[in-house]
This record gives sequence, structure tokens and C-alpha cells, in this order.
Amino acid sequence: MKRLFLLALAFCSLAHAQQSTLDAVRARGTVACGTNTGLAGFSQPDSKGVWRGIDVDVCRAVAAAVFGDASKVRYVPATTQQRFTALQSGEVDLLSRNTTWSFSRDAGLGFNFTGVNFYDGQGFMVWKKLNVKSAKQLNGATICVQPGTTTELNLADYFRANRMTFKPVVIDKLEEVLNAYFAGRCDVFTTDMSGLVSVRGSRAPNAAEHVILPEIISKEPLGPLVRHGDDRWFDIVKWSLYAMIEAEELGLTSRNIDEQARTSKDPSVQRFVGASGDLGKMLGLDNRWAFNIVKQVGNYGESFEANLKPLGFERGQNALWKDGGLMYSPPIR
Amino acid sequence: MKKIGFQAAAIALALGFAWYLVANTVDNLAARNIASGFGFLGREAGFEIGETGGLAYGAADTYLRALAVGLGNTFRVAVLGIVGATVLGFLVGLGRLSENPLVRGATAAYVEFLRNTPLLVQLFFWYALITEAFPSPREALSPLPGVFLSNRGIFFPLPGSWPVLEGFNFSGGGHLSPEFAALLAGLVLYTATYIAEIVRAGILSVPKGQLEAARALGLERRPTLRHVVLPHALRVIVPPLSSQYLNLVKNSSLAVAIGYPDFVSVANTAINQTGQAIEGVALIMAVYLTISLALSALMNWCNARLLARG
Repeated sequence: MKRLFLLALAFCSLAHAQQSTLDAVRARGTVACGTNTGLAGFSQPDSKGVWRGIDVDVCRAVAAAVFGDASKVRYVPATTQQRFTALQSGEVDLLSRNTTWSFSRDAGLGFNFTGVNFYDGQGFMVWKKLNVKSAKQLNGATICVQPGTTTELNLADYFRANRMTFKPVVIDKLEEVLNAYFAGRCDVFTTDMSGLVSVRGSRAPNAAEHVILPEIISKEPLGPLVRHGDDRWFDIVKWSLYAMIEAEELGLTSRNIDEQARTSKDPSVQRFVGASGDLGKMLGLDNRWAFNIVKQVGNYGESFEANLKPLGFERGQNALWKDGGLMYSPPIR
Repeated sequence: MKKIGFQAAAIALALGFAWYLVANTVDNLAARNIASGFGFLGREAGFEIGETGGLAYGAADTYLRALAVGLGNTFRVAVLGIVGATVLGFLVGLGRLSENPLVRGATAAYVEFLRNTPLLVQLFFWYALITEAFPSPREALSPLPGVFLSNRGIFFPLPGSWPVLEGFNFSGGGHLSPEFAALLAGLVLYTATYIAEIVRAGILSVPKGQLEAARALGLERRPTLRHVVLPHALRVIVPPLSSQYLNLVKNSSLAVAIGYPDFVSVANTAINQTGQAIEGVALIMAVYLTISLALSALMNWCNARLLARG
């Protein structure tokens, strides 16, 4: 009996011992990355079962930085309701799942957002036959929405601010909520603009029957996040994303980086590829961490072109700052 | 003496483990800066609820009030579901013992078909049927003056209030939403199959001699059923009936799949907005446990009265 008790005690103290995320990831041999269960352009398996999308590329960039091999990722698809628990409990090392960076999530849920990989905003899709031209005409409408999202709160705020009423139909699974909208149960479907474009293009029985209203009622900066308590890991995820943005600014692509690493005299490029300085060591990584990201995953612009351009997305706010967009990396030096 | 020592040690170990789990959870939550406690109940919810069942509620109200609205919705569907399933179950159960082969065959087919398919699938079916089969509100069917059937549900007149088409939808009058209708239909039709079988078994359990005695006394079929068979059968029927009622209440949480804002649906949203999963899940468990124990106590009381009557 006594021995059993001692055993239990030993087990408890073992469980308390903290291990850094980077050590755990290295010991496991893969980065556990929480992704969407399937959103075209962001994270979705293709016809061969390979995960693709701009959120997936963040997971791959972190794996390239840590292991020098972008394929060492274990994807953990999570619904809107599971995602935060998965990260809090340590089931995933990072969440890269079109998640809005907001104050209460950052401060209240014990997370750190590591940056923004897509600037989005909430909009409305309406049946064309209703002849609605503006969101201000939606008083009394029935609106289909998914629960547990900032979308649901913005929706209520917008109608309160404009002194209008609405009836929500709240269904958890994207499939089911879209079925309800396309069956005519709702007049309106609301989510982020990116979601509306993606859904109208890929799920609507007849895309011409639906219009997306011009109003954008919220700021939705989507980005990856990690849990509190491991600043080193926070830095690694943060700078893996910034490396992709910085590479686009420096003109480094997956195709030209080998040659640039050899020939470029630009000190920024030399630091970036690890030919000079020891930036990688500061993160506890190989000095070629950023080189590996760009070589294997590509820069941010390449990722956008490959994943979002085919669905009809324009760069818009997601262009580099020097092209009039919001994408801006702090200097990598 | 040794036995008592072992039992005490076992209890101490169990309590110690429970204490460790709780303490560890609280430590970890604090270490990760995750808010805990029930303080969030007093904060503004910020989301709307589609059906409030008569309770006044808006996005500016508190989480507590939102959860109360959800609880009210759960009660509404559970109470109507229990009444509906009991009535239909008794009728179908009697139908399966009918002398008319058509009634027997039809009720048997109904029971076997609905009892052997998953309830969730049936709910999706009823919901799709209602939203796909009926027209939009602007082309609503009107079988009776003032009654409108559309994919927004049924609108019917109430004293002093008549439904009128206004903008996107009808307003005024009474209203049953497609979500509520689909959930109620699903729960009633599914649970009634089990109740029918319980009723049939209860009636078949009455010894044949009782029936023969009643016939020998010259009683007709109806009074025989009422005064001889049912009093005996009810003693067999009531205990398993209670478990079906409990099942119905618990199954009503499948509402979340078809968008009816029951307690689980509202609590889920609250969990997501506040991130306080442990508290939210504890609330859900406490609510269902309370409902189930209360219902169970009520049914036990009924059963005791039935037995006491002799």
C-alpha cells in the first residue's frame, strides 16, 4: 500500500516537471499543428491527401525552421469549438487555423498571437432575389451563422449599433449551416469575406443566385497562435512567419534562393540565408533556418499565389506594405 | 479490522487523486493565465438567441440570462416531447395488439423502421424536409386564414395578434420554428417506438386468465382494457417508461446539430466566447443531472402510488 502511494507521489512530481516546447518537438520528431478541418485556400487536404493552404504553409515553415524539413508536421484538424482546448491542453504546439487575433483571446485565454498571415473582415452573403443592396437594409432578416466565433458577436454588435433586429440560426458544422442557408432557411449567411468568397465559389449550387454585400463590419486579422509560458517557442513561430514576409520583400523565392545565397552581396540577404551572423543560433535553431523555410515552403507571396489566387482572391490589404498593403516584417537582423 | 484498514486506504487514495486532479487543474489554469470561476455569468453575453420562448433577452443581457433562455428552451421541447411520445407510444402499443391486421402491420413497420435508425440522422431528415419542402415566406402556403406555412416555420393567429408578412418574414401571431418542429417531431417519433414496445410488453404480461375472467363476467373489450388489463400492465410499464423519459431529455441535446438553441447549444457558445470550458461543461452536467434526478424521483413516486393502490 505504502509503495503504491510512493509510486503515485513520484508520478505526480514527474508530471509537474516542465519541458520546453522545442525540446518536446525535437524529441517527437514532428511539429503538431492545429488546422481547419477543411477551408479551401487556408487548410484543406488536396486530392492526394496532402494538406495545402496558407495556414498549412505556416506549419510547414515552422517544421522547416526546426528540422530543416517542411514535411515533418503532424496535422490535427480542429473545429472552431475544439481549437482552443487543443492548444491549451498541449495537444498541438501551435494553432494555424484562420483564427482572429482579439484582445480577450490574447489576454484571457492564455495565448500569444504570433502575427497576422491574412487580413480579413466580416461580410454578408444574401439571396439575390431579395434585392438587398446594403447591410443597412437587413432589418428583420434571418441570418445563418456558426457559433463560438467572433462572427457571432460582431453580428449582434452591428445590428445593435444600427438599431436593427435579426433572427439568428446557429449551427456548429459548416456543412449543415450552409445547407440551411442554401435551402432558404436564412436570408443571409455571414462569415469572414474570405469564407464567403470561398463558399460561393466552391459550395453554392448556383453562384449567380447570391450576392456579397459591400459592407465589411469588422477587422479580422487571422494568424497563428501559441500558448503562454514558452517565450522561445513563441519567438520561433513568430519569426518563421516573418521570414516568409521578409523573403518576399527581399525578392527571395524558392526558385532563386540557392543562387542568391551563393552570389548576392546584399548584407540583408547574407544574414537572412545564414551566410553571415548567427541569427539562427539566437532562436536555438540551425543558422540556415530561414533559408530552409524559403527553399521548401516559399515566401509569403508565393504561398498566396499558389493557394488563394486560384480561388479569386486579390492581394488587397494582404500585399506588402511597400505595395500599399499591411504585410510588414520587423527587420531580420 | 484489516478489511476496514484497506477500505480506508482505498478511500484516502481516491480522495487524494481527486484532490490532485483539481489542484493540478487550478495550478495549470493559473500558470497559463486562463480565467477560471463563475464570474463570467454576470458579464454581457453579446450574442443573440433565435428563440427565447417568451423570456425577454437581447445581446446586452448576461450569460446567466442567456443560459436561462437555453434552459427554458430545453424544458419546452422536453415537456412537449414527453407528452407527445407517451400519447403516441400508447396508441401505437395498443395498435400492435389490434385484431385488425392492417393496423398491426402498419404500427409494426413504424416501430421497426424508426427504432432501428439513429436519432441524429432522423433529425437531419426532418429538418431538411421542413426547410427544403416548404416555400419561402413571400410564397407561403396558407391552408387556413391567418395560418402560414413556409421554410421559416408555422405562423398562426393568436387572440389580438395576427401574423403579417413584413419585409423578410412574418411578424405577430404565434410561431413554431423549423428547428423546434424538427426536434420535437424527431424526439416524439423516435421515443414513441420504445414506449410502444414497453406498452405492448406490459399488456402481454397480464395473465391470460384475467382476460378470460373478464370475458366470463360479460365485460366488453373497452372496459376490460380499462379496468382489468391496464391497472395490471401499468405496474410493468412505469419503471421502464421512466428511463425512456430520461433518454428523451438527454437526447434533446442533439438540438445543437440542427440549430435549436437548447441549453447545450447556448452553453457551448458561452464556452467558446469565454474559453471557460471546465465551468461550462460542469454547468451542463449539473443541469442534466438535476433534471434527470428530479424526473426519476417523480416517476418513482408515481410508481409507489401505483403499487400502494394494490
